[in-house]
Amino acid sequence: MIRVILPQHLRTLARVDGEVSLEVQELPTQRTVLDALEASYPVLRGTIRDHGTAKRRDFIRFFACGQDITLDPVDDPLPNEVAAGAEPFRVVAAMAGG
Amino acid sequence: MSGVRLLVGTRKGAFVLTSEGTRDGWNVEGPLFAGWEIYHLNASPADPDRVYASQSTGWHGQVMQRSDDGGKTWEPVGNEFTYDGVPGTHQWYDGTQHPWEFARVWHLEPSLTDPDTVFAGVEDAALFRSVDGGQTWQELSGLRDHPTGAQWQPGAGGLCLHTILIHPDDPQRMFVAISAAGAFRTDDGGETWRPINRGLRSGELPDEDREVGHCVHRIAMNPSRPDVLFMQKHWDVMRSDDAGESWHEVSGNLPSDFGFPIAVHPHEPDTVYVVPIKSDSEHVPPDGKLRVYRSRTGGNEWEALTDGLPQEHCYVNVLRDAMSVDDLDPGGVYFGTTGGQVYASPDGGDSWTAIVHDLPAVLSVEAQTLP
Repeated sequence: MIRVILPQHLRTLARVDGEVSLEVQELPTQRTVLDALEASYPVLRGTIRDHGTAKRRDFIRFFACGQDITLDPVDDPLPNEVAAGAEPFRVVAAMAGG
Repeated sequence: MSGVRLLVGTRKGAFVLTSEGTRDGWNVEGPLFAGWEIYHLNASPADPDRVYASQSTGWHGQVMQRSDDGGKTWEPVGNEFTYDGVPGTHQWYDGTQHPWEFARVWHLEPSLTDPDTVFAGVEDAALFRSVDGGQTWQELSGLRDHPTGAQWQPGAGGLCLHTILIHPDDPQRMFVAISAAGAFRTDDGGETWRPINRGLRSGELPDEDREVGHCVHRIAMNPSRPDVLFMQKHWDVMRSDDAGESWHEVSGNLPSDFGFPIAVHPHEPDTVYVVPIKSDSEHVPPDGKLRVYRSRTGGNEWEALTDGLPQEHCYVNVLRDAMSVDDLDPGGVYFGTTGGQVYASPDGGDSWTAIVHDLPAVLSVEAQTLP
């Protein structure tokens, strides 16, 4: 089970409290976790990654185990702690805007 | 008893303001979608409980919302806006070519007859249509594919399609306006379009008769006389008596002919409202006085409406989508400011009251007359 923590606006949009738990059948990577997230919560499509290209939106970052993994290749395995559910995969809205 | 529902979009959420037909007391609901920019909400003329909203942030992009109970509850609908074919390029601020990129939905215009059909004007400028209540969106690409498309250049607010008018008697005819490309008309339901900018004069353009490149801020019509159009341009208030074939200036005695919104009285097609702003460099009312100007002669002769509006130290703006009229008798006029006030006049502009004082900056106001 993969644990995902969403930023506030996306928790509201997806109507979830706290963490989201996802079954990810494949090797957990940024791509497979986000695919599973969007499959479970279709309303999040286009809000983290662009439609079509699946390109990360500019002001979205990804953290795991205290590290910024935003720029890691999207098909790299996530840390073992995330894969084991011991640590969450965090989707972070970057500090920007007013 | 009839009533009015105001759909108010702001920088930090949406608000729904409702009143009985007397319009002397208002109920304020909100914020809805707190923290999100709500560029526009609009209701279906065919089903007053069907309301669409454009919700966005820089972080998470575009979300679309739909209500089937007059704004009490909402459900997200489709947010995928994909340009038809290979999008190509338009002109950028520096004159180079720039790829067409979707940014947000500026304006929503539901069909006059079908609650499931709604048009969306977007940035970068294009017109989309949904025929399934907002679940999916298809571009009417004949507009963006116009041969002048590569010459379209963004205004300071972006290359936005912000005005959509549907002809009340001929659904094949629509008008749209784009900053800073100009006004366009279709006579075949959106398949093909042509610029309708003859007579516009934009001092920044060396070629006075240029087909596109005019910064149209807003167009309005009275449905009883749909071939007469009124336009607030970057500078100049303009009028067309032939469905946009030609325009002539009607700025007359306005203290400034720069501004953003323009509206036409619901029952008096020659009564027009604008909110003059000092200049393109200073988007504030002249002399710190917030004044709506009304013409009862279809332009040229304007009177200041000040009763109930601040007449000193006022430095707010009124954005292009932030003025609206209801259909009651006497006709009501409404507008919202970047300072968060929403003003209402139940008597056609003679007197004004602030319904709310301290909302986030108001982006849009739509007045919906309830049965």
